[in-house]
Amino acid sequence: MTHSSWAYLSNYLVYSAMGVYTLAFFAHAYETAWAVRAPQGKEDERTEGSLLVKTLDYTRTEKAGRIATAFIILGFLLLFAGVISRGISAGRVPWGNMYEFSITGALAFTGAYLIALRKYDLRWLGLPVSIFVLLILGTAITVLYRPSAPLVPALKSYWLVIHVSAAIMSGGVFLLANTIAAAYLYLDSMEQKGERKQWAKRLPSLEVLDQLSYRLVAFVFPLWTFAVIAGAIWAEHAWGRYWGWDPKETWAFITWVAYAAYLHARVTVGWRGRKAAWLCLFAGSTFLFNYIYINIWGTGKHTYSGL
Amino acid sequence: MSNQSDLPELGLVSLLRFAWRQLTSMRTALILLLLLGVASIPGSLIPQRPQNPMKVHDYFTNNPTLAAWMNKFSLFDVFGSPWFSAIYILLFISLIGCVLPRTFDHLRASRALPPLTPANLDHMEFFQTWQGDGSELASSRKWLEAKRFRIREFEGSISAEKGYLRETGNLFFHLALILILVGVSLGALFGMKGEAIVNVGDRFTNTPTTYDSLSYGKLFRDQSLSPFVITVDNFVAKYDPATNAPEDYTLNVSVVSKPGAAKVRRIIKVNAPLQFGSTNVYLQANGYSPVVTVRDKIGAIVLQGPIPFLPQDANLTSIGAIKVPDSNPQLGFVASFLPTAARDKVRGGFSIYPEALDPKLLFSVWTGNLGLDSGIPQSVYRIDTSKMKKIGLESLTLGQTYKFSEGSIRFDGVTPWVNLQVVRDPGKMYSLAGGILAILGLLGSLFTRRRRIWIRTMANGKVEVAGLAKSGVPGLENEIALLVADLEKDGK
Repeated sequence: MTHSSWAYLSNYLVYSAMGVYTLAFFAHAYETAWAVRAPQGKEDERTEGSLLVKTLDYTRTEKAGRIATAFIILGFLLLFAGVISRGISAGRVPWGNMYEFSITGALAFTGAYLIALRKYDLRWLGLPVSIFVLLILGTAITVLYRPSAPLVPALKSYWLVIHVSAAIMSGGVFLLANTIAAAYLYLDSMEQKGERKQWAKRLPSLEVLDQLSYRLVAFVFPLWTFAVIAGAIWAEHAWGRYWGWDPKETWAFITWVAYAAYLHARVTVGWRGRKAAWLCLFAGSTFLFNYIYINIWGTGKHTYSGL
Repeated sequence: MSNQSDLPELGLVSLLRFAWRQLTSMRTALILLLLLGVASIPGSLIPQRPQNPMKVHDYFTNNPTLAAWMNKFSLFDVFGSPWFSAIYILLFISLIGCVLPRTFDHLRASRALPPLTPANLDHMEFFQTWQGDGSELASSRKWLEAKRFRIREFEGSISAEKGYLRETGNLFFHLALILILVGVSLGALFGMKGEAIVNVGDRFTNTPTTYDSLSYGKLFRDQSLSPFVITVDNFVAKYDPATNAPEDYTLNVSVVSKPGAAKVRRIIKVNAPLQFGSTNVYLQANGYSPVVTVRDKIGAIVLQGPIPFLPQDANLTSIGAIKVPDSNPQLGFVASFLPTAARDKVRGGFSIYPEALDPKLLFSVWTGNLGLDSGIPQSVYRIDTSKMKKIGLESLTLGQTYKFSEGSIRFDGVTPWVNLQVVRDPGKMYSLAGGILAILGLLGSLFTRRRRIWIRTMANGKVEVAGLAKSGVPGLENEIALLVADLEKDGK
């Protein structure tokens, strides 16, 4: 296969992945919506924990949920193949421009979700995850797409593999932690108005969400630290200084400081719940700002030709 | 009265103590940490003098009043500003004030034995009790030893603790941050940074006068410059013909590392600098120097050689100035150089490819006073034509000559130049060590669980097990369940 046919293949795979994620989105939406259906039977028979009513609902959503997860796994595999063939078409790691960062970031995000799914009951998160992935991929294909091309000399270094992969993986997990923190805030305000709505009753307790987003951040914070330090080592190799307050570096630092503050706030000052979730969202938004604003409108050494 | 006169002194001491406690409290540290993040934001959105002096200059031209005010608050040099320094110095004092006492506590604690077994284990977490057969203490001792718990034995009970690495890692992480700061300071004090444009074929000697720009750390001395000499033999730039994007830059040099040393051939690339101890030489930029010969009215050569031009775009359309101060009257050529020339009505002459495939030199000729003796520093790429008169306008291809009233200019050839950046940073190894240590410390502190487990056997054969997980980290329940399962299996 020639370089350009690999590039075409990559595009087809990314489009197919989008199609499959759309199916996953519908399956998850169906799964969530189905739980709203009023249970059968008369008012007074509808007691909490009534086996008949619960089993009926559970099996129905269970099937849709399993299908949705299967679609997300399939979408993940297609996207993985798409990222790999993009790399083959360009003859390098597929992290040379924003289109490639975005598709790899979407892959890392889904990957983080799927790994977390093995350990925790997180299937309810599939709905926001599939929405986010579709948004990321949609933006990547329409706005950020660039033809597959070799790297500019500044990016030709093995540090590209180390630094960028660590940054993308951290981004994927940060985004997941933020999605959970946002879910926390949403459910918390729902609970403050009274009971949770029917469809939200399947979702874990606030305490579990709070813990989970903390544990994801605590897990990935060393990786993000590594990404920043690896970037500093590369900067020393390429630009003659390991830290120069380039806008990208500054915002990587801000993200690091914000998540460090989040971890301290939880562990030593004992922040929980809303305050912690807001801090987590603030830290995550600095990461997104760095990725979107600084890459597109920023000036600095991290801006390369094209995007 | 005596009480009253004592009060201010007491007040001062307690005030200082109060201030110190406040500063080293976690809450203050947290506020300072967040403040540090917020304070960095303007530094990334407003142009900064150390990174981008030209943009700062533009900002002053466009909004003079606003810029003057912003300048008063150091907003064009946020990371060197007093207020930014104040935040991180306070943060680091707070950090030291917090970490040092904890280090001593931890050293003491790491020599100490696990605490006494609590009297009422049923008040602790994950309490379990069952009727045992008397072997439990011995087998749980073996189990805990295999799991590398610290063990303290009492009459009828065992107290075990594990996970000191959590605090060790935590302390190492924070001490490593101090090490990074030390590295940064050493680099700032004893480092140097300079840049020089060198034409291919020319030699660069590492002495202060050969630099185009040079800045020293406060404690750097001229003698600390490594005495190397670099000869630029050859520079090859490869471009993608489809996109014009650069694919590769290779700079071949001959290096004499100190007087008397043998000449060694080396290659410098964008991501592969040349190293002399803690001094690195980087390939930072490249461009073209048109080679010209300028003669005066009687045909004597008044200037000959390559003149570096400054690239303006990705296709290396370059601008420059050819100044001839030794002719009488003085001559100046305000010029642009096009490696692969093209022309349209809107943009005039420009380059369509970064390689010198069809080079062209465009210029206007000026005569009069170049103003070089005025004492005001001038850009080498520009000419102040306020005291000069324009006497000609021409474009030349390779080998062509243009004659004008005061003399002639011949476009002899083109040679590439490279911008060498020389950086000495004796602190960077400390920062690197600090960075690695910080990551290791983080891993130790975030992935270690500190927990205690107690086992007690009663006279009546009853066994009690309970535990305590510090900072509520999950996982202890499973561990105790495993221990209990193993004990019951051993019992049977």
